[in-house]
Amino acid sequence: MSDQLIYATEVILNGLMAGVLYALVALGFVLIYKASGIFNYAQGVMALFAAMTLVGIMNGQVPFAHLINAIFGAHITHFGWNVPALLAILMTMAVMVLMAWCVQHFVMRHLVGQEPIILFMATIGLAYFLEGVADLMWGSEIKTLDVGLPQGLNVWIDDTTYGIFGYGFFIDNLDIVATVIAAILVAALVAFSQYTKQGRAMRAVADDHQAALSVGISLSFIWVLVWSVAGFVALVAGIMWGTKSGVQFSLSLIALKALPVLMLGGFTSIPGAIVGGLIIGVGEKLFEFAIGPLVGGATENWFAYVLALIFLVFRPQGLFGEKIIERV
Amino acid sequence: MLDASEGYITEDGRKIGGVVMEMKNITLRFGGVVAIKDISFDIREGEIRAIIGPNGAGKSSMLNVISGFYVPQEGEVWFHGQKRPPMRPYEVARQGIARTFQNIALFEGMSVLDNVMTGRLNYMQAGLFAQAIWRGKAEREETENREAVEKIIDFLEIQHIRKTPVSRLPYGLKKRVELARALAAEPKLLLLDEPMAGMNVEEKEDMSRFILDVNDEFGTTIALIEHDMGVVMDLSDRVVVMDYGKKIGDGTPDEVRNNQEVIDAYLGVAHD
Repeated sequence: MSDQLIYATEVILNGLMAGVLYALVALGFVLIYKASGIFNYAQGVMALFAAMTLVGIMNGQVPFAHLINAIFGAHITHFGWNVPALLAILMTMAVMVLMAWCVQHFVMRHLVGQEPIILFMATIGLAYFLEGVADLMWGSEIKTLDVGLPQGLNVWIDDTTYGIFGYGFFIDNLDIVATVIAAILVAALVAFSQYTKQGRAMRAVADDHQAALSVGISLSFIWVLVWSVAGFVALVAGIMWGTKSGVQFSLSLIALKALPVLMLGGFTSIPGAIVGGLIIGVGEKLFEFAIGPLVGGATENWFAYVLALIFLVFRPQGLFGEKIIERV
Repeated sequence: MLDASEGYITEDGRKIGGVVMEMKNITLRFGGVVAIKDISFDIREGEIRAIIGPNGAGKSSMLNVISGFYVPQEGEVWFHGQKRPPMRPYEVARQGIARTFQNIALFEGMSVLDNVMTGRLNYMQAGLFAQAIWRGKAEREETENREAVEKIIDFLEIQHIRKTPVSRLPYGLKKRVELARALAAEPKLLLLDEPMAGMNVEEKEDMSRFILDVNDEFGTTIALIEHDMGVVMDLSDRVVVMDYGKKIGDGTPDEVRNNQEVIDAYLGVAHD
């Protein structure tokens, strides 16, 4: 194999794994959009919030410590214990469910039947509110997240590929783990929506509210459920990205990377989110590899958006989205 | 007349039981518009009860009150001898009141089978965890519900389209699938909002037959709204006639047919 081809293969593999992480964020958007027609701008902040909560719980941080100290003149910061990762993840999930309930009962319930743009605005508000709450609860400094996921160069792949090609592939262990977890997550989500009572109800609500009511489905319950599931997806994405690049406010910007993924895959398709993520991941890495040097590099910053623009022009519903038919 | 213990025997020999649902002095307003004015009537067990009236008479509003989609400002709804507190539509559905819609509300993205299965959602009790490992109770439940659904699909003669996505079906079949979904809930009271609207003669005949068969076979109590006078008179045991939100007639088809007020409402008052 020529050197170029070998490098390209490595680039594609890395791209696929980056794509999985994009897909993970996009998935959260798709879930909520499908079930309630809301484009949830806060999805990225939810990932940040989940990651911060997880770190905070693991380190035994006192939530709202700054606030408490400011009011009572105390100087507490930590409980003085550390919570094991698995338990902390479960507790964080409980917090995300609580958040889902609050979102439904304090915000979305009052906006039923409103224009999509109003719902969208509400989620923008939610995003900033949640960001503020996260800051207030856990402080704004950059934190490292380590739930025990393997990180760094995968030596086995490096050795094996070196043996075959005379060039060792650099593949991060974390990327491999993320890929496996994302695959399991997607399989679980599909099984949930296809085979369980709640999944069936969720699909029913996504399809027709009136009909869903008439067969005895509580819309409010389903929406809490959907926001919880989206919260869970955000948690997984938050763990992966947080482990990779630290828990900081820029984490919420990964939501912006999910946008082109959605344009490609379509807003209503779970497989679309996956395939879209992979295409963007591989596309931007390959583009950087092949064209990047010619234009001075840093193409990863804009490639995805240009691709999304092209899709908007030629196939606005995305690869897997519901076809847009206008009746005249 | 309103004695719950008493019933009556219809001309074709079916036994009609006591009162299942009673509407007492229902008034429904939308802002300044009065959609329903002080209407009372009852529905008895096993009967086919029709609500008829000209356009805008408030028939659909009445059905929406029964199914909980609208909450009346005044009046009481009694179901199985108990006064019903204000309820959300899904709570009403869980009490055993199933319905169809005038403009068909199906899950377009799902197959016919999946649509009808949603009618069984309230019969599925297994917890999320049990469903996740798909053992014992959850599996047994799924099998039982599938059997019940297949029976209804057979009964309504839609076996050949079981796996077809609903969005691809013609109008008449969609109406039948909607009926199947409502029946799948084994309702104590079935509400049909213009089940024959927009159908051709053949489809109307089919639908009439199915409604009669459902009533006969499962003993389902049915309340329906219909425009087509001929159809209503053939189908129903008792008829409520509404006009401009008021009740102007109530009784057997023959009684209603000879009611002067009803004739006036439908044909207009004769000019001498």
